[in-house]
Amino acid sequence: MIRTLWQILKTGIVTENVRGKAADDISVLGQKLSNIVKQRFRGSLTIRHVDAGSCNGCELEIHALNNPIYNIEQFGVRFTASPRFADMLLVTGPVTQNMEIALKRTYEATPTPKLVVAVGDCGCGCGIFSENYATIGSIDKVIPVDALIKGCPPTPAALLNGILNAIEG
Amino acid sequence: MSETNKNIMTYYEVDVSQFSETAKLMKKMSASLTAQWAVEGKQFFEVYACYRTEEDFLIVKSLLPKDKPEFPSVSKIFLAASRFERQIYSFMGIKALGNSDLRPWIKFADWPADAWPLRKDFNSAQCLKRVKGEYAWIQAEGEGVNEIPVGPVHAGIIEPGHFRFQAVGETIINLEERLGYTHKGIEKRFESLGWLEGYKLAGRVSGDSTVAHSLTYCRALESMTDFTLPPRAAWLRAIFLERERIANHLGDIGAICSDAAFSIMLYQFMRLKEHFLRTNQTLFAHRFMMDCVVPGGVSVNISAEGAAQMTQELAALETEFERLVKIYDGNPSLEERVRDTGILSTKKALEIGVVGVVARASGLNLDSRSLYPFAPYDKLQVKVPLYTAGDVNSRVWVRIEEVRESMRLLRELLADLPDTTIKVPCPLPERNSTGFAVVEGWRGEVMYWLQATSAGTINRCMVRDPSAVNWLGLESAVIDNIVPDFPLCNKSFNASYAGHDL
Ligand code: SF4
Repeated sequence: MIRTLWQILKTGIVTENVRGKAADDISVLGQKLSNIVKQRFRGSLTIRHVDAGSCNGCELEIHALNNPIYNIEQFGVRFTASPRFADMLLVTGPVTQNMEIALKRTYEATPTPKLVVAVGDCGCGCGIFSENYATIGSIDKVIPVDALIKGCPPTPAALLNGILNAIEG
Repeated sequence: MSETNKNIMTYYEVDVSQFSETAKLMKKMSASLTAQWAVEGKQFFEVYACYRTEEDFLIVKSLLPKDKPEFPSVSKIFLAASRFERQIYSFMGIKALGNSDLRPWIKFADWPADAWPLRKDFNSAQCLKRVKGEYAWIQAEGEGVNEIPVGPVHAGIIEPGHFRFQAVGETIINLEERLGYTHKGIEKRFESLGWLEGYKLAGRVSGDSTVAHSLTYCRALESMTDFTLPPRAAWLRAIFLERERIANHLGDIGAICSDAAFSIMLYQFMRLKEHFLRTNQTLFAHRFMMDCVVPGGVSVNISAEGAAQMTQELAALETEFERLVKIYDGNPSLEERVRDTGILSTKKALEIGVVGVVARASGLNLDSRSLYPFAPYDKLQVKVPLYTAGDVNSRVWVRIEEVRESMRLLRELLADLPDTTIKVPCPLPERNSTGFAVVEGWRGEVMYWLQATSAGTINRCMVRDPSAVNWLGLESAVIDNIVPDFPLCNKSFNASYAGHDL
């Protein structure tokens, strides 16, 4: 127990300081994100992630948003387990034939108004995968998409930026 | 000549009537089945079974007439064959006679039954029409058995898959996985790519193992010709591979602790991982080192300052890491959750043929870096950690020791970086030639088998991610555990959905 407490104290707060490094995009982005979440989403933007067929590379970076360095919750953004609570769907792709139905169902289960953000070169286009018998392609071929975040995979900073652009609308 | 590939693998052609007899013989010799696949040739179907013996890999091949696409099943001899054979039937329409379970695998029940995507006359660009089809789940009957379906879309940021538990009270008596949600037709896609482009697709089979997959692809390709890799490229490839191992193990150890309700470790390990990934970005221009391994070498070099930065980082990481290990080691409530949870016995592990971290936590001394070392691993003498309890705790300890070992390897590699070019042109394979490679990724053994057409293009690229066998291990390990411990067991295996589904 003592070791654990010591570790917590020793680590301190590693979240990148919003005011500290002005040059770092995270701090600037985060501040903007936080403001808009306050104005438009009453301080809390809830995201449901859906993997519609990705290689899992995009998932690694979405995960990283929750690490203590980016700590996306500090900006009022939270990931939820249920589409019923979601304001936004963050969807990675390309959409496979085998995920099409599940993706549509998740979309339908999300209350309107809702925002859909396509993540990664695969979600925005088809990436390196080709449209074929198994791969339908970009997310917008299956559900309406409001914003795109490109990259293979997009970095955490690009994800923050993309989420910000989507809610700035 | 490429230094190892040619002598780690031997072909052995048998008449199809001898296919399962050969399997029996292999079993007697304590070999295990690592993969089975099929190819459509010009005149025949070809079916392959790859066995791992202590010294090398043996690939048994049989030819099947086109009008009689069937071969004797080996699923009663090797458990892993049950899935491989379902997959062969689903994608090639070749029947394993004697395998009573040929339900579609990865292919879904709503695909037309005669859609055999890996056959040559299959139009891969077509959009499949959905048909009415119902998947026949295995039913457990009896008093008090309840069924719990989960997925494909799960809580949390993870890949899609469907699990069906049969439980009595809280105790799991059976788990059936249904995977294939992320199937993108990757093996078929390879056939339309050029040899020198394939590494990019390989690097996106399972994003978390991008180095391991692109490296295995490149090594399989390079094994097809007389090719010599520049030493510095070999060293850099090993550096990428070990960095990928450390990053993923750090993430996994944290996530396992978090599923055991000890979330401070999640944040601590995520922090270490994030710093580590940032170094990748600084040194190699990509956080996961995607596309850094290319045919003929590597695409990024490292400067003396870069090497110094990495050495410094290792020193800092080591101190922090060891401090966290002490916390893991000294926490009784955590230990309570991870010890004796999700046991995969040595016997079961052997029977299924699991690989990688999972195998080493269940007492199997299996690490291709030490069994079939290629340069520079032949000089490094990788120390392989072995645990026998087969529980979540053992899978954590294997990871801990592997992080330590990878840090040692990185130091040695950096201390002795050869001063050569990092890339030379990679010659294209001869017509009808084949290539094979095995690389120990962080999850376990990744395997690629390549075959050229008579025109010299890619005829077939067989991909075997460690998850293809390890998912079977999970089904077995969760039996008799309580349903709430499933996420913990699952995390400790951390099999890839994308790598499995292809
Ligand atoms: S964009 Fe890149 S990382 Fe994301 S799913 Fe596609 S291949 Fe994987």
